[in-house]
Amino acid sequence: MTVTTDLVSYEDALASYDPVMGLEVHVELGTRTKMFCGCSTALGADANAQTCPTCLGLPGSLPVVNATGVESAIKIGLALNCEIAEWCRFARKNYFYPDMPKNFQTSQYDEPIAFDGYLDVQLEDGEVFRVEIERAHMEEDTGKSTHVGGATGRIHGASHSLLDYNRAGIPLIEIVTKPIEGAGERAPEVAKAYVAELREVIKSLGVSEARMDQGQMRCDVNLSLRPNGTKEFGTRSETKNVNSLRSVERAARFEIQRHAAVLSTGGTIVQETRHFHEDDGSTTSGRIKDNAEDYRYFPEPDLVPVAPAREWVEELRAALPEMPRVRRNRLREEWGVTEHDMQSMLNAGAVDPIVATIDAGAPADQARKWWMGELARSANEQGKALDELAITPAQVARVAALVAAGDLNDKLARQVIEGVLAGEGDPDTVVEKRGLKVVSDEGALTAAVEEAIAGNQAIADKIRGGKVAAAGALVGAVMKATRGQADAARVKELILEKLGVEG
Amino acid sequence: MPGITREEVAHLARLARLELKDEELDHFAGQLDDILGAVARVSEVADQDVPPTSHPLPLTNVMRADEVRPSLTPEQALSGAPAQEQQRFKVPQILGED
Repeated sequence: MTVTTDLVSYEDALASYDPVMGLEVHVELGTRTKMFCGCSTALGADANAQTCPTCLGLPGSLPVVNATGVESAIKIGLALNCEIAEWCRFARKNYFYPDMPKNFQTSQYDEPIAFDGYLDVQLEDGEVFRVEIERAHMEEDTGKSTHVGGATGRIHGASHSLLDYNRAGIPLIEIVTKPIEGAGERAPEVAKAYVAELREVIKSLGVSEARMDQGQMRCDVNLSLRPNGTKEFGTRSETKNVNSLRSVERAARFEIQRHAAVLSTGGTIVQETRHFHEDDGSTTSGRIKDNAEDYRYFPEPDLVPVAPAREWVEELRAALPEMPRVRRNRLREEWGVTEHDMQSMLNAGAVDPIVATIDAGAPADQARKWWMGELARSANEQGKALDELAITPAQVARVAALVAAGDLNDKLARQVIEGVLAGEGDPDTVVEKRGLKVVSDEGALTAAVEEAIAGNQAIADKIRGGKVAAAGALVGAVMKATRGQADAARVKELILEKLGVEG
Repeated sequence: MPGITREEVAHLARLARLELKDEELDHFAGQLDDILGAVARVSEVADQDVPPTSHPLPLTNVMRADEVRPSLTPEQALSGAPAQEQQRFKVPQILGED
């Protein structure tokens, strides 16, 4: 689809206008069952194999809320510094569309379970920006539509659509920010950092894996511009389903440039939803939204109110894990690394594996070295995330221990890791099978050293004459003779000893 | 008094995918008329200062443990669907041409 949109340069847009954003994030909870019925939420099931009268909206069925879903919502609310409602209800959001067989989504309206919070997010240069949270409420996901008969699988031009309701009813928490003002030119960066931080918070709570590439976390970006120096908000657009961190930043940036182009030529922004296109980072017009749509919200009569006991809320608060930003800063200090290094580890998804490797007994620098070096390279080559590699932190720690004990040198350790990744077994098995032990048999080493000296008399003379640096060539010869399986430091010691030179 | 016509009942029945016979239409039109009349009386007494009752029973926190219960088979789930394809519910075109 080619749609040309007039844009002004980002710098020009910011010279005249001040962006205001609102971010709505949907998180699919990792509960075993749906929000209002006992159907499984497991991925990969056959179409319509995980439905029941309740999530199909059949007459006479009655929903009952998932206790873990409510607990997860409260945990999220607490982690976002929200108030937790003493009493709240579910509401029916009525709309006629085939992705919801009930013709309404069970959601919350004016009584969200969590409200009035904030999340501090750290930008790449270390600046901390506070994003205020309006609310976090409980609702349910919709079914999955497949559009048939059109040229491109899009809804436009389709002859009919097919519905799989396995996803209908999966618990969702929708988290809505207050208008984000004052970010200026950093607005797109703030949007990305907020979603990134929120994802870390959700993961740390263990309530969802929050994988954006699998739709477990989805973001809608509301954005408007107002002339610099004014207070009143402009008309907003709502870019739906922006599903990666990079896309969140790009969508905000694109909309700033597009709005500025419309406004600066005397046009008006239409309040509408827009679709984001991953390929070129543009947005195109979706549905026109004139004022608030009438969803005829009313309290859900089939679900009784939720009134979380204060003792329960305090119990959950006390059990909250250390928040990701606090943890990152603590680890950065403990490891003695720069903000930039920490950011690299975070971007690489290496922080958790490194921590687990240290917990398994490896020194911090070794854990960092392997995950950010050899393993990051492998992950990159295989197009996988670090935690998807076929090696566990405990195995990496074992490799580090073998190196520390002098049983492996770096070169051999890399081969061991390669073997583990290739499915040859745990590190000790790979060492055994591939015969990768450092040659520590002094007799064999001494013989190899003597051979190297005998074969390189000229170099040996130089070393005898005091040029200790020349020993490198002899070490190389020994390493070659032992197929890299000697401890290079010990080899050097032996060479110098034989030649009667102080190291 | 509200009045509900036979045609309106037929329309509602179609929306609810209920097949009603002619005599049932007359029967339900009368019944629905009585119900609407009763509901209309409530709005006469419900003033601004009376909060709407969403839940007549003073119950809160009815929850279930997060434990999987058997689902319907896809065949059962689809048994009431007017049309199906690829084990999915088939619905008419949602949007027209662009």
